[in-house]
Amino acid sequence: MSAKTLFEKVWNAHVVAAESADTPAVLYVDLHLVHEVTSPQAFSELRQRGLPLRRPDRMLATLDHSTPTLPAGADGVRPYANDQAQAQVSMLESNCREFGVELHGWDSAARGIVHVIGPELGATQPGMTIVCGDSHTSTHGAFGALAFGIGTTEVGHVMATQCLLQRKPRTLAIHVDGKLPAGVGAKDLILHIIGQIGVDGGTGHVIEYRGAAIEALSMEERMTVCNMSIEAGARAGMIAPDETTFAWLKGRPQAPQGEAWDAAVTRWRGLHSDAGASFDREVRIDASRVTPTVTYGTHPGMAIAMDAPVPAARNAQERRALDYMKSEVGKPMQGTRIDVVFVGSCTNSRLSDLREAASVLRGRTVASWVRMLVVPGSEAVRREAEREGLHEVFTAAGAEWRVPGCSMCIAMNGDLAQPGQLVVSTSNRNFEGRQGKGARTVLASPATAAASALAGHIADPREYLVEVAA
Amino acid sequence: MQGAIVEDRGEEARLPCRNIGTGFDPPHGEHPPLTSILSPTGRGGERKKRGVSLMRPITRVQSRTAILADENIDTDRIIPARFLTTTTRDGLGRLCFHDWRYQADGSDNPEFPLNRSQASGCAILVAGRNFGCGSSREHAPWALLDYGIQAVLCSEIADIFRNNALKNGLLAIMVSEAEHRWLLDHPGVELSIDVRGEYIVLPDGGRISFALEPFARHCLLNGIDQLGYLLQHADAITHYEQQADHFQQEQAA
Repeated sequence: MSAKTLFEKVWNAHVVAAESADTPAVLYVDLHLVHEVTSPQAFSELRQRGLPLRRPDRMLATLDHSTPTLPAGADGVRPYANDQAQAQVSMLESNCREFGVELHGWDSAARGIVHVIGPELGATQPGMTIVCGDSHTSTHGAFGALAFGIGTTEVGHVMATQCLLQRKPRTLAIHVDGKLPAGVGAKDLILHIIGQIGVDGGTGHVIEYRGAAIEALSMEERMTVCNMSIEAGARAGMIAPDETTFAWLKGRPQAPQGEAWDAAVTRWRGLHSDAGASFDREVRIDASRVTPTVTYGTHPGMAIAMDAPVPAARNAQERRALDYMKSEVGKPMQGTRIDVVFVGSCTNSRLSDLREAASVLRGRTVASWVRMLVVPGSEAVRREAEREGLHEVFTAAGAEWRVPGCSMCIAMNGDLAQPGQLVVSTSNRNFEGRQGKGARTVLASPATAAASALAGHIADPREYLVEVAA
Repeated sequence: MQGAIVEDRGEEARLPCRNIGTGFDPPHGEHPPLTSILSPTGRGGERKKRGVSLMRPITRVQSRTAILADENIDTDRIIPARFLTTTTRDGLGRLCFHDWRYQADGSDNPEFPLNRSQASGCAILVAGRNFGCGSSREHAPWALLDYGIQAVLCSEIADIFRNNALKNGLLAIMVSEAEHRWLLDHPGVELSIDVRGEYIVLPDGGRISFALEPFARHCLLNGIDQLGYLLQHADAITHYEQQADHFQQEQAA
């Protein structure tokens, strides 16, 4: 048996019909995640064609993108951004009722960002194929699943057939050697990686993150890394499952139980790239050289250490980006005055992210001119954070504590920044206008976001962490 | 010169798929004339609705080019997220490139290249490298098509956008870096994109060849719906599902 990569093992196990020169492979999908934004047209298409859902039992739906993060008023009315947002949510509710899909809606104790709740419920498991009409589906690759975003036409394909037509992508191994320094986390690492390989460095590839620094990451940190694979153009990022993965999944509601669990773990232990397996491309990153990293331009590839000078534009597009961001060539991003801080999104809204931000904020106050929003990734994260009292740390510091949703990451629910405002954000995209028309986004870790909120300018969290330790 | 899509039903289905029809697509011959549906009639989303059928064959797109030279034009720039609360795929043309295209008062931004008179009626967009990066929103190709764009030429196009575009009849075509450079440097040239032959005819008769994914090309040429093709695999899918330990077996091998 020839040596195979992790990706090849999962891919091969899901081929219903092999690809040929003329036709793509028919690839089976184990788990189809659904949210309100990219599904309505697909449900409509099925209805028009008179087609049923093939496997509603393999679908999991939730409300996250268009949902308000302020609670319902005393009258029970939720403060939607507009009627269309409310209508979109209502449509997913009615579609799920009509087609028999499990929906984690407003009444569910498990509602949250789709890429947060899949793993929380144990629906995300090693070796699966997972898709969603959402590019950050790559998050689930942290468990050794092959997980990628699809368009709405393909959402319809999966609904009707549980399959997709796919050409086999190429593989890119990113070896992360060494150890991340103290106070430097997974978000710094992935921003650093994208800064190294570029915003299109992974196009056409599935990334496998491997090496000592990856193995040392917690599951939450692995999800942060895989989440941003798409920001390097790769549709999927994967990490081989190990004891960290199994310990995290064990006992979750949809994870196998009892003997089935033991059998699953035995299978999952085989999910790694074999010695001698070859990748189409390989890149090496030295974790020990990563420092708190932020973006300075308008795509995630424009990322540098916060204390490094902003490099000169190499082309007209970068000049435009620097103009838009008002980033000054030759000066570091550290020290730049900020207006808004957002802690949340499928990249960084898990309990460990909130703990990280809270550890910096505890007993301190957000700068008077900064608005800070903390949005937990799910109801489960919210409950646990409130049990630990993290919400009180945030509110005592002057931050707003919201109910779960995508919120200011995509800014389609009314949570947005004003034109010209500079946002330090733990989300995944710093595109022009992503967080509101004219808003400027600096991507950063939860610790950097919190430190910056306190300082009122982009700040190194290690300064605050040292004080705590002292 | 207005862009035009030339209808062609000539090619025999060479691949093992056919337009099976699932009660949604009208039989051949009942489509309205393509020129009234697919040729651009001006900017602003006033064009007739395309409907949702993917069944119209596309063999050629002919038009002058318009240029958006920026690299990494992401899907948030193509259609900002705040417009994604729609539940249909229609009428997004007026929102295409919204925050770039309009000024704060709602008037056209004269700095936006596609607002210039030379770009009027152009159905072929030559864009900077890595067009369509970012989110998986299919609203991006829907918006471009409704706006009047029928082909995007680029040295590199983001994966999900390219997939989405081709499924909607928007030609997302990658050319070499040298050819891309030439196209960027020659705005407004009249091109004819031949999907069957996989080449672009230049004004001087020269050709740029390109390669589409063969199945996507076949579907474009024959007006074949990919879902129809997938549905033909129902028995194979059932068989696959019946192998309870499907991926376990493979992994153990």
